[in-house]
Amino acid sequence: MSATLSPEREHLSLRTIDPYTRRRKQRSRFVRGLLLAAMVVAVIPLFLILIEVVRRGWPAMGWEFLTQVQPSGRTPGGGYVHGIIGTFYMVGFATLISVPVGILAAIYLVEYGRGPLTGIIRFFTDVMTGVPSVFVGLFIYALLVRQIGFGAFVGGLGLSVMMLPIIVRSSEEMLRLVPEDQRAASAGLGARKWQTIMKVVLPTAAPGLTTGAMLAVARAAGETAVLLLTALGSLQVVNQFQGQPIASITLLVYRGARQPFAEGQQRAWAGALFLMVMVLLLTLSARYISSRSRR
Amino acid sequence: MTDPDPESALDARPGLQKRTVYEMGTAPVSAEVGAAVFDVEHVDVRYGGNLAVRDISLRIPKGEITALIGPSGCGKSTLLRCLNRMNDLIDGASVEGSIFYHGENIYAPEVDPAEVRRRIGMVFQKPNPFAISIYDNVAFGPRLHGLKKGLDDRVEKALRQAALWDEVKDKLNDSGLALSGGQQQRLCIARAVALEPDVILMDEPASALDPISTLAIEDLMRQLRGHFSIVIVTHNMQQAARVSDRTAFFTVDMQKGIRVGELVEYDRTETIFTNAGDERTEAYITGRFG
Repeated sequence: MSATLSPEREHLSLRTIDPYTRRRKQRSRFVRGLLLAAMVVAVIPLFLILIEVVRRGWPAMGWEFLTQVQPSGRTPGGGYVHGIIGTFYMVGFATLISVPVGILAAIYLVEYGRGPLTGIIRFFTDVMTGVPSVFVGLFIYALLVRQIGFGAFVGGLGLSVMMLPIIVRSSEEMLRLVPEDQRAASAGLGARKWQTIMKVVLPTAAPGLTTGAMLAVARAAGETAVLLLTALGSLQVVNQFQGQPIASITLLVYRGARQPFAEGQQRAWAGALFLMVMVLLLTLSARYISSRSRR
Repeated sequence: MTDPDPESALDARPGLQKRTVYEMGTAPVSAEVGAAVFDVEHVDVRYGGNLAVRDISLRIPKGEITALIGPSGCGKSTLLRCLNRMNDLIDGASVEGSIFYHGENIYAPEVDPAEVRRRIGMVFQKPNPFAISIYDNVAFGPRLHGLKKGLDDRVEKALRQAALWDEVKDKLNDSGLALSGGQQQRLCIARAVALEPDVILMDEPASALDPISTLAIEDLMRQLRGHFSIVIVTHNMQQAARVSDRTAFFTVDMQKGIRVGELVEYDRTETIFTNAGDERTEAYITGRFG
């Protein structure tokens, strides 16, 4: 290639800009602007929601809101404690089911999965992620609610059906991120497969698994359609596991927003604010955990 | 060292499969070997049905350092990974032929691969300590197998054997990943040594390290020689010449467009490097190809 560097070749100034380069620069600037605009458009609704929910929900938020049940009629004050408790029960129960089952299923897919069965499971997990939640509610309704009634158990079951595919898919990704040489190191020391999984793979993937589970919990906490057909809703604090309709924050927000008087609507805004803060906290702690593990 | 008749020694062990034993010099490739730790006999390895190495036979001596050298794709790493059944972990890998470890076929159906890997330590190309403390890295193997008594002493001994103790004795609780690359590789050697294997397989253990760390690893290998039988894969010929007692030279055979690894020559290292019997070996060693 040294032949092209003949002595008579002139040095071109780096500042010379030919028309072609100018056009490239313009195009680059244009694409950059387009991307920025798209980003702004995508973020606007999020910010509007955030501002509106805080603005409208803040006045009704307070100790009373977190500790009292909703009064009847057009009475102001009171709160959503029954919904908070109901959501806590149902999401907690759903988490207890779906986190272990989801992580175990992901371990199977990543560490043992061979052949067509794995492909089928993965395909249906993808399909399940996209199933509208009202179908899940209908399914639980037809299968269980008509036999054993409404309640926290069937509600939690519905939520776990929603959470399961999210957890399986996120856990699968996290387990795949564990470097293969770590598994080889463990196997090279005579570890059996389950020993490698318990002592190397799971500890390494733990922060990622936790993050995935937390995002699934956040998703379940905001679920409404499933609970309409399984938990149904209630006006009091319910401590019964099954057989009695139970409230959730989302159900109370849904019904409160449709009440034809300002007091009820204001409580619904406060409920939305509470839920939003909870989801935000979960997301933030999920991000914190995963960023800490990357150090 | 005297070599007891391998055939009768084998017959004395129950439950072993019948095998052909070659007289010295009649096996396709041979070298005078005293007590053997491995007897590799007619090993073929396939990946997903494609032949990767063909008909390898060699005896690996006890207490010495044996180097496997050759160009890329010649199957030296593949053969190394057969010696502790690491190839079992690769989908579609299959091994034919026999590998006798102290006279016992490690590919016999009743042999547990995890047990094989416990007895035969391995050090990988890229240092791969676990993301846990230095102490826990070394204690990992013993803990796996319930060897919890005297664990501190065991860890110390392994770190001393790996020539790492003085550098890490004050920071045993630091992460293994906080060490330098060369130290990490010595940590991996300590981790393997902690299980008191009698063989250590090393798959290009210094190829990811700088020259100083490489020399440290080579020094270490010389120290470990005698306590352990070492089999090292390297594509650094100088390294093979510096550390090994015996060298097996592999090459790639192109037949009908299929690349298959083959053992060309196996002998004392000085013989291979000064007076190779095969011109392909000489060509490789003198840098005419590879």
